[in-house]
Amino acid sequence: MSTVIEPTRPAAMPLRFSTPIGGVAGTSFKPEHLPDILEAGPRRGFFEVHAENYMGDGGPPHRALEAIRRDHPLSLHGVCMSIGGPRPLDKAHLARFRGLVARYQPALVSEHLAWSTHETSFYNDLLPLPYTEATLACVCDHIDQMQEAIRRPLLLENPSTYVAFRDSSMRETEFIRAVAERTGCGLLLDVNNVFVSSTNQGYSALDYLADFPLSRVGEIHLAGHAEQADDEGDLLLIDSHDGPVADAVWKLYQIVIRRRGAVPTLIEWDSKIPAWPVLQAEALAAQAILDRHQSAAPEGERHAA
Amino acid sequence: MRPEAGLCFAASFAPALLDPARGTPEVVTGPHGKGASRRYDVYRNNVTVSLIDALAAVYPAVQRITGAEFFRAMARFHVRSNPPTSPLLFEYGHSFPQFIEAYEHAQTMPWLADVARIERAWLDGYHARDAAPLSAASLSSIAPERLAEIVLTPHPAMRIVRSPFAALTIFAANRDEAPSARIDASIAEDALITRPDFEVAVRHLPPGGAVFACCLASGQPLGEAAGAALEAAADFDIATNIAGLIAAGAFTSHALGDAR
Repeated sequence: MSTVIEPTRPAAMPLRFSTPIGGVAGTSFKPEHLPDILEAGPRRGFFEVHAENYMGDGGPPHRALEAIRRDHPLSLHGVCMSIGGPRPLDKAHLARFRGLVARYQPALVSEHLAWSTHETSFYNDLLPLPYTEATLACVCDHIDQMQEAIRRPLLLENPSTYVAFRDSSMRETEFIRAVAERTGCGLLLDVNNVFVSSTNQGYSALDYLADFPLSRVGEIHLAGHAEQADDEGDLLLIDSHDGPVADAVWKLYQIVIRRRGAVPTLIEWDSKIPAWPVLQAEALAAQAILDRHQSAAPEGERHAA
Repeated sequence: MRPEAGLCFAASFAPALLDPARGTPEVVTGPHGKGASRRYDVYRNNVTVSLIDALAAVYPAVQRITGAEFFRAMARFHVRSNPPTSPLLFEYGHSFPQFIEAYEHAQTMPWLADVARIERAWLDGYHARDAAPLSAASLSSIAPERLAEIVLTPHPAMRIVRSPFAALTIFAANRDEAPSARIDASIAEDALITRPDFEVAVRHLPPGGAVFACCLASGQPLGEAAGAALEAAADFDIATNIAGLIAAGAFTSHALGDAR
């Protein structure tokens, strides 16, 4: 006689909200906020997690994510796929990512225009790439593979950059537009990244936004940044995600929302994490801007125009 | 696969990230002819600091014992010589205890590597596959004369760390903020790590207990495991030990040896 417990594949969580989720503001989910979030109960908004943090086989991280996902839409944000790198995608990592999408049925799925792995080393940073015909073909191939694996469109995020490549032959906006057109992917517009990169690369953030294919934007990121200096002693901005959203970034955000209409907007805060009410207040500020530009309020929720 | 022309940028960009002796890669520049040294240094800093932070997250007790400055200097050496190979950072640092063991400046703390081994096992247990632990009641159906034949399946979260030092007491004292009493580091300790009810638990194993648990985890029948434990410790008590392991959630199932 024996008692054998077979490992079972977790079932997909049923959706308790309609998709698309519309013009709502969400926040990064940090496990230290879980008790506050659960105590407050279901609220308007969504939570975003870094996919890699939930790629363990089991344990408390999955319990926390299940609890969050039960009452709120989830955004799954990949950080390590190395879409922008020259190497073939890591098949095991792709399978883990596909498994998470199947299990948690996220409302939004995104990754970065960047790379983080080379040869056998994982560098844990979003590293930059030159914008050329060769890298464009490579990135498109990687996105095709990812979208095939998850069986839905991916949102690709514009990067924060500190250097340029001598080899680059096209503007970042041109590159991103071509990727979206060739692969059919959506875009995640990180407005803080636009501000950081435009400052660091010496171009106008408004010109960048004017050239960005806003109609393909399915999510927006807002975050705080830090200040350093470059070799010449000029301002160099660092995408630090460790504080409130800067005033200049809020202004750019309002310009984007006025032009694009309301889209899901995330407040990213990944280090020096504040108490839950502080993070929530940033999301409420974004929600107020979104609510001024809702073309049609979601059913059951009417807001003054 | 050889990268095609135009895709060599990563091979040029990556090597200096963790090697301060290398200069800024030729392929990058600042805008409008500006320099790229401090700009590239942002990436060096992001990579190094975030990987040191990753080790600090895996090894909080080690950091508390050594202090942040000592820990970060030690971790920097390790990050540079052993960067992660997986994008899952909670898997990083499996070779860090060995590194600590050989680290010149940690030789006055010979127990430090074993504290690190317990912390690594704690995190492995934390992320291990979910499985219902075996209940004590399920063993009661076995005829007493056949108990020696049963084989137990270890729970995916179960780990054992054996130390010639009081590594578990030192670990426990440095995982909470409470000031601890003076510890005699020279007393050998064996730790059992399990995850019943989704919380990781770390327990002391009595003399012979680690041999017993290791034999069971490797698939030896209960009788053989008890024999090995008695050889290791003459006062080994089989009933207390099997009850303790089951209560800790160390196993998921049992089978009679001949049914294998």
